[in-house]
Amino acid sequence: MIEGTIVKVSGPVVSVDNMAGAKMYDITKVGELGLIGEIVRLDGEVAIVQVYEDTSGLRVGEKAVCTEEPLLLELGPGLLSSIFDGIQRRLTDISEEWGDFIVRGVTTDSLPRGRKWEFVPMVEIGDQVEEGDIVGEVSETQHISHKIMVPPGVSGRVAEVKEGEFAVDETVVTLEDGYQIKLMQTWPARVPRPVKRKENPNIPFITGTRILDTFFPIAQGGYSIIPGGFGTGKTVTEQTLAKWADADIVVYVGCGERGNEMTEVLTEFPNLIDPKTGVPLMQRTILVANTSNMPVAAREASIYTGITLAEYYRDMGYNVAMMADSTSRWGEALREVSGRLEEMPGEEGYPAYLATRLADFYERCGRAVCLGKDERIGSITAIGAVSPPGGDFSEPMTQNSLRITGAFWALDTPLANRRHFPAISWLKSYTLYLDQIKDWYAKNVAEDWKEHRDRAMSLLQKEVELQEIVQLVGPDALPDFAKAVLETTRMLREDFLQQFAFSDTDAFCSLRKQYLMLKAILTYYDCLEEVLLHGVPLRQATEHPIKNEIARMKEIPSEEAEEKIADLIERIKSELRSLSEW
Amino acid sequence: MDKDTVSLATVEYQTIGEVAGPLLFVSKVKGASYGEMVAIYSVDGSVKYGQVIEIAGDLAVVQVFGPTAGLEVKRTRVRFSGEVAKMPCSVNLLGRILNGMGQPRDGGPEIFAEEEREINGSPINPWSRDEPRDFIQTGISAIDGLNTLVRGQKLPIFSGSGLPGNELAAQIVKNAKILGGEEFAIVFGAMGITRREASFFQESFAQSGALERVVFFLNLADDPTVERLLTPRCALTVAEYLAFEHDMQVLVILTDMTNYCEALREISTAREEVPGRRGYPGYMYTDLASNYERAGRIKGKKGSVTQIPILTMPDDDITHPIPDLTGYITEGQIVLSRQLHRKGIFPPIDVLPCLSRLMNLGIGEGRTRGDHRGLADQLYAFYAEGVDLRRLVAIVGEEALTDIDRLTLKFADAFEQNYLDQKDENRELEQTLELGWKLLSMMPKESIKRVKTEYIEKYYSPEKAEDIVVSSS
Repeated sequence: MIEGTIVKVSGPVVSVDNMAGAKMYDITKVGELGLIGEIVRLDGEVAIVQVYEDTSGLRVGEKAVCTEEPLLLELGPGLLSSIFDGIQRRLTDISEEWGDFIVRGVTTDSLPRGRKWEFVPMVEIGDQVEEGDIVGEVSETQHISHKIMVPPGVSGRVAEVKEGEFAVDETVVTLEDGYQIKLMQTWPARVPRPVKRKENPNIPFITGTRILDTFFPIAQGGYSIIPGGFGTGKTVTEQTLAKWADADIVVYVGCGERGNEMTEVLTEFPNLIDPKTGVPLMQRTILVANTSNMPVAAREASIYTGITLAEYYRDMGYNVAMMADSTSRWGEALREVSGRLEEMPGEEGYPAYLATRLADFYERCGRAVCLGKDERIGSITAIGAVSPPGGDFSEPMTQNSLRITGAFWALDTPLANRRHFPAISWLKSYTLYLDQIKDWYAKNVAEDWKEHRDRAMSLLQKEVELQEIVQLVGPDALPDFAKAVLETTRMLREDFLQQFAFSDTDAFCSLRKQYLMLKAILTYYDCLEEVLLHGVPLRQATEHPIKNEIARMKEIPSEEAEEKIADLIERIKSELRSLSEW
Repeated sequence: MDKDTVSLATVEYQTIGEVAGPLLFVSKVKGASYGEMVAIYSVDGSVKYGQVIEIAGDLAVVQVFGPTAGLEVKRTRVRFSGEVAKMPCSVNLLGRILNGMGQPRDGGPEIFAEEEREINGSPINPWSRDEPRDFIQTGISAIDGLNTLVRGQKLPIFSGSGLPGNELAAQIVKNAKILGGEEFAIVFGAMGITRREASFFQESFAQSGALERVVFFLNLADDPTVERLLTPRCALTVAEYLAFEHDMQVLVILTDMTNYCEALREISTAREEVPGRRGYPGYMYTDLASNYERAGRIKGKKGSVTQIPILTMPDDDITHPIPDLTGYITEGQIVLSRQLHRKGIFPPIDVLPCLSRLMNLGIGEGRTRGDHRGLADQLYAFYAEGVDLRRLVAIVGEEALTDIDRLTLKFADAFEQNYLDQKDENRELEQTLELGWKLLSMMPKESIKRVKTEYIEKYYSPEKAEDIVVSSS
């Protein structure tokens, strides 16, 4: 412990003198209240501390104590279903002990000490264990078995193994050199947890959202950004993914966003049942909530807290999805602190190291072979929302994120204004994972999946060209074949791309159903072309009521889709073709 | 900052080194705390107030509320109160008019505080928040029907200069009620508004008999700019107190947030901070959030704080930093349109960019009606299409359109004239929903895709459309 004296206070940045020996990023307790902060610059014996809490009332001359440890997170059973703030304080405990408002200077254990966990050992005395090896497990929730691992950097021969019920800070395995493995380990949030090697991501990350799975899929271990102006549905998309995405564990970071949104997650998730496991979604979810009115420096830390929690579960061999809503607020926190440190600003006032920090963060995701003898594979898929000022994608956060991420799901204000949701623009978005995962789709969904996807995409492209002509000459002047394209793309937009996140049947759409829906629409288009060739007027063809059945495909539950849509496709063919027969 | 607080002060300094804009640099200060309030006594005997915004060694930087004219370096005395800014809270504030710092300006008695609270407040623990769920009926179709307001929400009005944002707010205050009938207590924070606007609100509250339910914080256009930074904080402190200590349903109106942000920029520039977009400080998002986020409900408490901030979009530009950052924090927005205003439509709400994020929580079976969501989406979809077609018609003429397109055009006109335009009529929710179905009934049944079939069967009928009168625009 190094004790210093406060010499300067400017917002969240406090200078402390007499701090010789303190290291960068050491946690420091500032003032009589013991406000938690982190050292961000050293200047001789003066340490500059960024404080995670409101600094009102601090005086020059008060003491500050450096703990000589970085921001350490507690990793162990009890993380799931919890809600933490940006520096891993349990919000539930804060509320119980200190009331409905977050008072300053409070600390809590990140993992509850009172609870006992049933530990089942998987090693015996005399076994040689390496870093990452599993020494036993704890059943954390009904479906998640929490692996107790040898912490990175530790190895040796097992000298003692215990069995039974333990609290997180009790020793379960002792090594011959005396190292005690507890149910819980600690890890500095800003340091990536090591893995053996990174693997190529080639399995899709299934979201159940049609525009994403069919047009812009990403791989497990991939990362994607969702930029969009306000009201375009970033949060709804993030929440939909958190609900239905195909992941074992979901870490949801509410970074500088609304308090009521976290409440929504907190009230909704315990009542939603995970279709795969049949238990409430909350049991696979960890929330990190640092709302916009909570201290800005802790907001900067919340992203690292989130990714470290994700890495810990990845190390057990799980597929983890991390939602960061919104990375822009994190960037702004960086900018604010950088400004207070009087650093030279880069573009739009952001610090020059913004791109480096972003890259460091996103590169912590990926599909990896974890430490440990069993070569287990885990992954972290990250979806970062970006909130560009004025909805203008040319700003530094969007552009710097784009350089790193593999998929871009662009939210579009005009689409949102006409209530086309999800308002993801099919013209601006892209994915780089298509080639890596198309084989998986061919094998598991349908052989001609990619052909269908590409055809639909090119129709949508064609629509843009045709719309330009319509703007000049009016829709009536178009030839029937062009009108058939517009009719089909309208169907694609309204009956395929639009998806209602709050509907029971439509919120999650299985891959097979997506494929069949697309196939039905394309079949309709083929048949339109065919009957037009036979001289049937377009109007007669498009007035056929089978169109309305296509529009209601969304309401078919995924499990009945195979039969019902296949039948619909047959009927589209026969009924439309019958038009040209007389 | 009544006499009692000042007398608690211990230290007085006469060591001002520099006066720059609204900032005083006081040297040789011992034990000043960050954020502390100070009183400044100038030679002519007048008193000003200020706040410590930075301390470095024995130098304290004080931000003065009010003009620094008349201050001089040698003889001005600065007294440190030892406390951060506090607001005396009491139920007796209802019916009072206070200045921007929370001192009485109606000539009434001093405020006897039941409790003094720091005006910066503390963030509500996200775990302790309760989900906003109860529908608030405003009597305005464009809000009730399409962008529903719920208790505990923050829903700003994006106005433009010359647009009736204040009139809309006054009408909401007049008619707002929760299904169940409880009345709202109103905390009104006025920042830099003109005397004319102030008296408009006072008269409107008097007419609707709301005056004794209102706490009025008044910072007029010619009052000190910096004081505006305290106004919303004082107002929200009182609102939280009334809501969570006295179980009241509190509606907070803040007008005009644009003036607030200007004040923020003024101070930031005086402090020589690195400017962000358009000269506004980089922390404006955080600063606005610390005000807007003080809305909501708390588990186990009956009261609630609902916020309707009003702001003027400079040059009607929604991408300007003030509306932009506001929109990123609040749960939706109500946007006014100059075009509709010119057409004589009141309230001139441009529904397309409007949004209420919490709408789904407050509507549906058991709250409003099962068809509410679908109906709203369908009205939106047709209207958006109609507005697009207007552009097309301007180029190619109406003859080039298909029949269904012509019908959609007519729908857009009918929607504006019947649904949006309601003058000062107070519409019950039932009326709003019924009006929506009348409009939908103008369109062919099979084109309605957003509403569940059972509701179409129940509410759709072409006869209803006959009530709709449209004059072509």
